[in-house]
Amino acid sequence: MQVNGKQITVKTPITLKEFLLDQDYTLSHIAVEINEAIIPKEAYETTQLKESDIIEIVNFVGGGSGLEDQDPLIIKDHKFHSRFILGSGKFSLEMTKKVIENAGVEMATLALRRANVGGEENILDYMPSNVTLLPNTSGARNASEAVRIAHLARELGCGDFVKLEIIHDSKYLMPDNYETIKATEILAKEGFIVMPYMYPDLNVARELENVGAAAVMPLGAPIGSNKGLLTKPFIEMLVEEISLPIIVDAGIGRPSQACEAMELGVAAVMANTSIATARDVAQMATAFKLAVEAGRHAYLAGLGRVLEKRGEASSPLTGFLND
Amino acid sequence: METVTNHMEYLPTMEQIDSTIMSQVLSEVENYDYNAYTKADVKRALQKETIDVEAFKALLSPAATPFLEEMAQRATLETRKHFGNSVSLFTPLYIANYCENNCVYCGFNCKNKINRGKLSLEEIEQELKNIASTGLQDILLLTGESRHMSDVSYIGEAVKLASKYFSLVGIEIYPLNSDEYAYLHECGADYVCVYQETYDTDKYETMHLSGPKRCYPYRFHAQERALMGNMRGVAFGALLGLGDFRKDAFATGLHAMLVQKKYPHAEISFSPPRLRPFINHAEENPKDVHETQLLQVMLSYRLFMPYAGITISTRERAGFRDNVIGMCATKISAGVKVSVGGHNSEAKGDEQFEISDPRTVSEVHQSILDHGLQPVYVDYIRV
Repeated sequence: MQVNGKQITVKTPITLKEFLLDQDYTLSHIAVEINEAIIPKEAYETTQLKESDIIEIVNFVGGGSGLEDQDPLIIKDHKFHSRFILGSGKFSLEMTKKVIENAGVEMATLALRRANVGGEENILDYMPSNVTLLPNTSGARNASEAVRIAHLARELGCGDFVKLEIIHDSKYLMPDNYETIKATEILAKEGFIVMPYMYPDLNVARELENVGAAAVMPLGAPIGSNKGLLTKPFIEMLVEEISLPIIVDAGIGRPSQACEAMELGVAAVMANTSIATARDVAQMATAFKLAVEAGRHAYLAGLGRVLEKRGEASSPLTGFLND
Repeated sequence: METVTNHMEYLPTMEQIDSTIMSQVLSEVENYDYNAYTKADVKRALQKETIDVEAFKALLSPAATPFLEEMAQRATLETRKHFGNSVSLFTPLYIANYCENNCVYCGFNCKNKINRGKLSLEEIEQELKNIASTGLQDILLLTGESRHMSDVSYIGEAVKLASKYFSLVGIEIYPLNSDEYAYLHECGADYVCVYQETYDTDKYETMHLSGPKRCYPYRFHAQERALMGNMRGVAFGALLGLGDFRKDAFATGLHAMLVQKKYPHAEISFSPPRLRPFINHAEENPKDVHETQLLQVMLSYRLFMPYAGITISTRERAGFRDNVIGMCATKISAGVKVSVGGHNSEAKGDEQFEISDPRTVSEVHQSILDHGLQPVYVDYIRV
């Protein structure tokens, strides 16, 4: 068959969806034409490709440094080019779209309890369609409530992603790690892509990995506090020991802190309050995008050597040894 | 002749729970001398990163009045940090105004010759439908305090209907035992508002001459019983102007703080009502709580418990309400009727008090947007 003007051979039978995933396309970012007819997204799964097909695939992803394409963020089998995840809880809704564009995000959390489905001020009406929704279970106080909210999110068509957030404390809003492990296990078994929000405890992170989490989302500082990476040494342990993507969530107050987190080697950063409460929300979104990219570049460039406390001594201290 | 009961003693059917919060609050309030605080104390309080009990006392003192602007600036930051741009909308629905209490300041006082009424379940459903059509998703059901005329099973049926049309259902009714709260929670109620009116036990006695409400400790422990009955949120409030408002505001904050500490998951909120003119009692109208003092109280609540909700009622004028949302208030009523029913057909009973902000839901919605804030109709999933 012919794809974007090139003749290629593909083993049939294969559906369009299987083919696209096999070729590493991000389904939300493309439009597909077969024999000059545009195929609706919902038909990708049922469309069988034939050897005689002429296929055009248009990719919507913009330019950029190119790093995003070679260094994607992979969560389960899903590929993202942006390493900045937007929390959507605190925005004026009409700002949401602008912020998503400026921040270049491909994944935004959706507080299900704030989604006024079918009613006034429904946040879903403001979400661009190319953004992967990460419904969160905010409002859940224990594992069973979180599981029920996740089910509700799935029913509403939010997909399989879920940001697990279990909070049994109205003052500090600290995540309940114990209940979070329980809910992660249940939801992962049900096929959810579970991204648990947690207090960065190494043992808990290991347990979350064991029970099927797709990523772990340690807090940098108390939620909404804008205090930055107060938990840095513990997040560093997770980066060292846990093979899942580590996504710093909560507490990131300024772009420099997002950058710092990325320099540590975390896979992505999430922020909300710090953008939502900026004087110029849209511009702050841009600042975060750049900071996250800068931090990622720095990490890949091998920051560790630069940060060594001491340089190499020009005359070694142990040079006198004469064995 | 009715027998006068001891206002500090429980009546036989009232549940007594194991709690030390009341004695803690009463002894702290007893020792709170707000005139002892100086400007220097207030400055020191405002320099603290967290406003502790001592700082809260300073902020409520007369010495803090010149610092209102500074408090407002800091409160705005705290509100943004914890609530972003959100302002929640709700409306109250009075389903009955029968009352068994003789509270000298209240329009529903059982001795007042007002029109009494109670909505039938059909009428309640009609009212709920009408209110839901405005887009609101959060409703507060209210009754007068009469166990006989509006019993728990009647309120339960009303709650079941309300939860059909609304995502969030609150109740502001007479205090219940914890098993009764548990029943109403199962019917679909999510939060409970009980106001102590005044925390001063002597003043309380002179204001509540007869009826079950005369029992101070049973009312005081209502929030705890509601939480024991699995309610998700509880609201606290003193009717400012009834007693010494500074002491009452201090007691309210302390009460809420101690309950949150004992029940960390509880969603805490405050209502800061001032006395309004009410039927037959012109002489008991508010004296010393002007807007400045009311704002001082609200700002102090915000700084002391930055994570707590604050509801601003239609007792206050639109201009005041519009300016305190985003600064300290997080929830505002709209499209309010304080008569029994009145959202569709004619009201079945008289009003409890006069309202000062008669704006509709869409008018309040627009005003929130005009202030750069985000109207939120639902922030909750009942699971």
